[in-house]
Amino acid sequence: MTESTSPSFEGLDKGQVVAEREVAFTRDTLVRYAGASGDFNPIHYNDVIAQEVGLPGVIAHGMLTMGVGASVVEEWAGAGNVSDYQVRFTRPIPVPNPGEATVLIKAVIGALDEERRTARVDLTVEFDGAKVLGKAQAVVDCE
Amino acid sequence: MTVNLDAVGRSYGPFEPYEVTRVKIREFADAVDAWSGAHRDVAIAQAEGYEDLVAPTTFAVIIAQKAEFHVVTDPEVGVDFSMVVHADERFTHVRPLVAGDVIYTTVHIDDIKQRAGISMVTSRTELVDADGAPVSTVVSTLAVREAA
Repeated sequence: MTESTSPSFEGLDKGQVVAEREVAFTRDTLVRYAGASGDFNPIHYNDVIAQEVGLPGVIAHGMLTMGVGASVVEEWAGAGNVSDYQVRFTRPIPVPNPGEATVLIKAVIGALDEERRTARVDLTVEFDGAKVLGKAQAVVDCE
Repeated sequence: MTVNLDAVGRSYGPFEPYEVTRVKIREFADAVDAWSGAHRDVAIAQAEGYEDLVAPTTFAVIIAQKAEFHVVTDPEVGVDFSMVVHADERFTHVRPLVAGDVIYTTVHIDDIKQRAGISMVTSRTELVDADGAPVSTVVSTLAVREAA
């Protein structure tokens, strides 16, 4: 017997907040993501190189922010139930050393498709009072 | 270095297949703060109906970026990687990746747009399993600033 973790489509409402999380990015977070993903672009660990290309310093991988966003959706949707996920990277997140960058992630039902029984979850990801992702949308397969 | 508009339509691959492992799924899940037990415990993943550990939603980027590397290093495309910023990314999954998958990729340059000294290079990586069945499509756009 298997137990699907897909959320039930019934009872979902547009505008409903399904998950929220505050995440602290540190240099450790970035190094860990670099190793796990294989993305070793030095702008994500070397301040000198980051400044040479016009950044204030080391910034988080856009894909780290996107990946953590997916984890927030999955916390509600269950593993393996996001069938489509897109983002635009609109602002970098500088990560100080020492210190941390606090990122606020909120997942809200943006649209419901009754025929397909899918929910579009819209993510807002904020750092320092500004949105860092645009058009961040995940499609979740529901029961 | 200037991005070559004639590169639209180029394809690369298939490359040596990528083997999805339990260890890498756990490592990636830790790195992106994915808490589900189905990324870590085989019994939990199987109870949820999967054959093995389930990869987090964006795990496919590991595989796609290996394929995209062939695009950005092709001298005939003309991307200066030090001038690259990631503009957007999209994953479309037919099914989730699971540990044990052997994934073959091909990558296609679908579009290049140039405006105000910036080239937007859109690539599409298709992931298929060992049986040739489609698993995921990863579309990525890089913004490449032209050196003055």
